[in-house]
Amino acid sequence: MGMVPRSVSAWCYAALLAVLALAPFLFEWMEQPFYLDLLSRGLILAIAVISLNLILGYGGMVSLGHAAYIGIGAYCVGIPAYYDLYNGWLHLALALGVSGLFALVTGAVSLRTKGVYFIMITMAFSQMVYFIFLSLEEYGADDGLVIYARSEFPEWMSMDGATSLYYWIFILMLLSLFLINRLVHARFGRVIVGSKFNEPRMQALGFDTYRYRLACYVISAMLCSLAGMLLGNFAGFISPDMISWARSGELIFMVIIGGVASIFGPLIGTLAFVVLEEGLSAITVYWHLIFGIMLVALVLFGKGGIHGWLSMLDRKRVEHD
Amino acid sequence: MTEHLLQVSSLNKHFGGIYATDDVNLAVEQGKIHAIIGPNGAGKTTLLAQLSGQIKPDSGDIEFGGKSIIHYSMARRAREGLARSFQITSVVMPMTLLQNVMLAVQGTGGHSFRFWAPVSDDREMRDAAMASLAEVGLDDRADRVAANVSHGEQRQLEVAMALAMKPRMLLLDEPMAGMGKEEGAMMVEILNRLRGDKTILLVEHDMDAVFSLADKLSVLVDGHIIATDTVEAIRNNLEVQRAYLGDSHA
Amino acid sequence: MDWNLLITQLLNGLQLGLLLFLLASGLTLIFGIMDFINLSHGSFYMIGAYFCGTVVAKTGSFLLGILLGLVGVFVVGALVEWFIARKLYRADHLDHVLVTFGLILIFDTLVHIIWGASGMAIPLPDSLNGQVSIGSLVLPSYRLLIIGCGLLVAGLLYVLVVRTRLGMLIRAGASNRTMVEALGVNINRLFLIVFALGATMAGFAGMLIAPITEASIGMGNDIIIIAFVVVIVGGIGSVKGAFYAAMILGLIDTLSRSYLDLLLNLVMPVTYAETAAPALSAMLVYILMAAVLAFRPQGLFPPAGVK
Repeated sequence: MGMVPRSVSAWCYAALLAVLALAPFLFEWMEQPFYLDLLSRGLILAIAVISLNLILGYGGMVSLGHAAYIGIGAYCVGIPAYYDLYNGWLHLALALGVSGLFALVTGAVSLRTKGVYFIMITMAFSQMVYFIFLSLEEYGADDGLVIYARSEFPEWMSMDGATSLYYWIFILMLLSLFLINRLVHARFGRVIVGSKFNEPRMQALGFDTYRYRLACYVISAMLCSLAGMLLGNFAGFISPDMISWARSGELIFMVIIGGVASIFGPLIGTLAFVVLEEGLSAITVYWHLIFGIMLVALVLFGKGGIHGWLSMLDRKRVEHD
Repeated sequence: MTEHLLQVSSLNKHFGGIYATDDVNLAVEQGKIHAIIGPNGAGKTTLLAQLSGQIKPDSGDIEFGGKSIIHYSMARRAREGLARSFQITSVVMPMTLLQNVMLAVQGTGGHSFRFWAPVSDDREMRDAAMASLAEVGLDDRADRVAANVSHGEQRQLEVAMALAMKPRMLLLDEPMAGMGKEEGAMMVEILNRLRGDKTILLVEHDMDAVFSLADKLSVLVDGHIIATDTVEAIRNNLEVQRAYLGDSHA
Repeated sequence: MDWNLLITQLLNGLQLGLLLFLLASGLTLIFGIMDFINLSHGSFYMIGAYFCGTVVAKTGSFLLGILLGLVGVFVVGALVEWFIARKLYRADHLDHVLVTFGLILIFDTLVHIIWGASGMAIPLPDSLNGQVSIGSLVLPSYRLLIIGCGLLVAGLLYVLVVRTRLGMLIRAGASNRTMVEALGVNINRLFLIVFALGATMAGFAGMLIAPITEASIGMGNDIIIIAFVVVIVGGIGSVKGAFYAAMILGLIDTLSRSYLDLLLNLVMPVTYAETAAPALSAMLVYILMAAVLAFRPQGLFPPAGVK
């Protein structure tokens, strides 16, 4: 990526980032504070989707349990807050630590398997997390837990107030994009992408693919827990429902509409999903039906998601030049 | 006494009742091209898979450079300098030829837990990869995507990747499989250039290619090596002719 | 020790195990033969319950509800196979996940539209609503019926798979798909039958449980995960494995919920035991799965020929 956008898609993405950076002022000017809420939630989800895209899109590891890490991140804010511990650094360290550890253990088991097994096992482990939180009466079980104050950070980086929190989210989202972009183009990323397409070959080249994939899985989980930590702060309420496998399914859906294995795909996919969800649910209570039909149609007829369509524009333009 | 880089002793592997590898003993001299021939289903690929670590043998030992590698994983053996190419083309299809070979170079350069520096900026790796591509004559197509080049070029890419690993020994599984006459001749030329420089264990169906390349030949029939000798001697070996050449050259 | 409670719990475990088996046997065959991951298998469980409930409400006959319900689910299963699954057998597993996740949303919403958001109670005929007493032990007769039906279907499935030509093809398909295709079998029809039969068994499980729990939207979405665990533990493609794994997991899940706190009491104070027990029993099934995978990644009873 150079500094000057060189294609239709790059221009679109640059414009999008600019709009996102100015969004709080834009919405204030439009007198639509609700949109900032919507966008905050969208960008939080985008971080989770970006992290999922790392293993799913680039690594070919179809995890159907990624929402577990959102949940873990959120409970790492909620449970300390329940004991009146609001130190943000503590929340952050807990979220990264617990999710990383959980990913290391479950990933070590799941990654010994392939394909269908991997999908089902990641789903089962996330369901396990779901039931654990569901059974913890102390922390509200299925009623969830209210978080009364946001994680506390030094004054200049405080999360208090909708705009401050939005910039927290926006900057972490930007960092995620940047991190993933570096990662996939570095040596590590090459091994991950190579293993997706041809694992035996990568082993024959001397790579212990299992270790690299496990590291990738852990990185993805930790990044996703950041989304959970932000979500806990944003919503002020957490419940096991955040972890149910329907949530994990939605995350995959967002990766797919955006276009797998592209840097900006997850961001676009998530925003499209959130806008659609908001728009459709305003029209009809049966909006899940439309989502379902879209999913089926996307698989049977669509290819490449929104990023793919934008890239098609690029290619057309190149042909015309 | 000559120095043997690879020494296989009493290797056995059976699937159910079938002996795919039956008490195989094999010694490959440093710097030589050693070919394994044998009828279809003789167990050539199974043998190669055990050498490279893809399949575990039931018993026996494999020594490489004087130490036993029998318990090493495929990746570990590759890092020790035992590079293999695959019979069925096995490259990373969506990547370019250069990216494929760079992966092979990367495999030789220590661990890849490097998360930050873009590979494409790594001049050293790029130059090493280009050199390997040049060795097989693909340097002018470095930026083509592997899926979009011809079958013969993919086979050449296989060899370039194996070379880029800077191996002490190459295990080549039918490098000429599915190639046309011209492509085949080119591959023979490439391998000929490596003679003396690299130790090569070659499994190949194309008899003309084998006879023109190999310093030594082993004949594998039903998982068992029935003869190991020079090309001339094998040609004149009656047992071999009966078991093998008799069928196809009759 | 309360022996009556133990026996009741054992029977509950058996009941859960058999329901899991009805779900998992179809799942495992669809995985094993078509290599198709069907997240929406739990939807058939739900649809079965609603079909049955509707017929019972109209006719008052529970038996008729079951019979027509089975036919209905078979048809729905066949339609899903015909219009959607069939096109994706050779596709990526990710595509399977997406499409069947989409199907869950579609089925759940359709049920919402047709039958409304609140659940549907299915009244039992008086003949089934009674209780059977053996000595001091009193058992609801309907639960015994569920166990009986479950065992009957398991037996029928065993005969089907082991004794019939269709079963031979199914077994062959689970361990070596190419061979079956090479035999010149009409593979499309085989797939259709397996898929629809799997759906029917899931639907049957839903019908059996609905009079106890009532039919509700998304009722299959939780139990299906345990059915997935059953498939993994038993070995993909293995009906026998699914049976044993379902029994083991059903019993473990039920018994740990009632007895784990007593066990933990032995090693820790009551208050901790009461907090830890539910969490631990929620994890037990998954820990077992992880343990099996660590030692036997192909499952406990993989179909012959699968290594």
